[in-house]
Amino acid sequence: MTVLDVNSGDTAWILTSAALVLLMTPGLALFYGGMVRAKTVLNMMMMSFGALCLIAVTWVLFGYSIAFGNDVGGGLLGNPLEFLGLKGLMADTGSSLPSMAFVGFQAVFAIITVALISGAIADRAKFGTWMIFALIWSTLVYFPVAHWVFAFDSSDGSVVGGWVANRLKAIDFAGGTAVHINAGAAGLALALVLGKRIGWRRDPMRPHNLPLVMIGAGLLWFGWFGFNAGSALAANNSAAIVWVNTLTATGAAALGWLLTERIRDKHATSLGAASGVVAGLVAITPSCSSVSPIGAILLGGIAGVVCALAVGLKYKLGFDDSLDVVGVHLVGGLWGTIAVGFFATKGAPAGVDGLLYGGGFDQLWRQVVGAVSVMVFSFVMAYAIGFALEKTIGFRVSEETERTGIDEVEHAESAYDFGTIAGGLRAGFSGGAPSTPKSHDTTKRDQEVTA
Amino acid sequence: MKLVTAIIKPHMLDETKTALEAFGIEGMTVSEASGFGRQRGHTEVYRGAEYTVDLVPKLRLEVLVDDGDAADIVDVLVKSARTGRIGDGKVWTTSVDDVVRVRTGERGLDAL
Repeated sequence: MTVLDVNSGDTAWILTSAALVLLMTPGLALFYGGMVRAKTVLNMMMMSFGALCLIAVTWVLFGYSIAFGNDVGGGLLGNPLEFLGLKGLMADTGSSLPSMAFVGFQAVFAIITVALISGAIADRAKFGTWMIFALIWSTLVYFPVAHWVFAFDSSDGSVVGGWVANRLKAIDFAGGTAVHINAGAAGLALALVLGKRIGWRRDPMRPHNLPLVMIGAGLLWFGWFGFNAGSALAANNSAAIVWVNTLTATGAAALGWLLTERIRDKHATSLGAASGVVAGLVAITPSCSSVSPIGAILLGGIAGVVCALAVGLKYKLGFDDSLDVVGVHLVGGLWGTIAVGFFATKGAPAGVDGLLYGGGFDQLWRQVVGAVSVMVFSFVMAYAIGFALEKTIGFRVSEETERTGIDEVEHAESAYDFGTIAGGLRAGFSGGAPSTPKSHDTTKRDQEVTA
Repeated sequence: MKLVTAIIKPHMLDETKTALEAFGIEGMTVSEASGFGRQRGHTEVYRGAEYTVDLVPKLRLEVLVDDGDAADIVDVLVKSARTGRIGDGKVWTTSVDDVVRVRTGERGLDAL
């Protein structure tokens, strides 16, 4: 075995990328938080932050091992015990990238995937149940699917990875299946389990703060460069091509969404621009290493149009996917993954020709099988887990809580101070609160005024 | 004494306030309000879904004045708050029986 020195350039880029991707989850919290009503913004943001904190711990304890341990079942599951608690990964293994850099980079993917789901159940989920769902779903669905898609066989055959990456050979560069289709299908399942919000389609449920949505979309775009270009796992030509494709497809998708809105609704909206950005980022995620920049423009532009039309599905089919996790992530992820079968070109780093480049149907069917497998598995599992939680500890808040606003009841907080007629500090506060102002203070002030 | 009340567009406040000060009023009260007139509200579009917003944000502006000034102040308000577009608001006057300045106990015109 050749012992390599750690490549400081690659390592610096991957650690930086990991930090960029981590920022996407607080970015998502802003993106989602701005889209809900003022009375539920904190709960919306807390679902993202809760996922972040929880998965940061479970990934280290057993998640990484399930995803990247040596295969123990036909490409479906990594050995959960091999890297339990990241054992053995602190040693310098003589590879160009430290194991821990890869551990950290992959951790943030798991985090944002779980957080993405929460958009489908805005305004009506118990925070505690959400956290338990996040724990169970990530363990039973995300970690195994990450193994299917991201765990590659080692060249010497000593390590066996997942079936999608190695047997099926579907191309999913940065997680169109593992992240977006996975989260989108789970979001759809939970939207069905929890049901529609009170007053859905009757009461206005307008976004309460579009500037927050725009800031969130901006942070998502920024972090996504780490998400995609970092997935090259090196600071090289492939990362650079992916970076440019990520820029190009996203711009084209936002233009596509805005054009669709302008024609259909007569207005190009800021929410449309932010949504188009996310749709483009989702669609280019699986395909960014397999298309040319021109291919990325076409792929992204179509993604913008398709996702803008797809968000209307919930009204036609009657499910309350509150923040369009299905319309943007599931549909965008399906399009981006399947589009690889059409737009892939040998000139790109992945080195495969799709249907439009004379490669025939070979790559296309692989993409379809990979996408559909993840979608069905995630939907069925999320529905079962969500249903079981709803029937046992309850997933949806009470009607009264939903009407009052979930922030006040679940978190004992409110995002904004709408008036000055607020109550004083409660006497007997367990933290040893100061008592109410002494009466002599008032007397003294009165004396000063009358003097 | 009269209470002149005006419902105006929020972005017309500065202009209206300046005009009233130039006229010589001693004080005013401004509060946030929302409502609609004959034209109703407007339509907003979010991801293709249309929402009718009936209750439009407005400002309620109140000035307590001497009977003799009331008509002129109404004119100042109407002139300064007008954009000529729909939703400019309304101005009305009501009779006031008595006014007391809380700090000194002065009543009537002395309290204005």
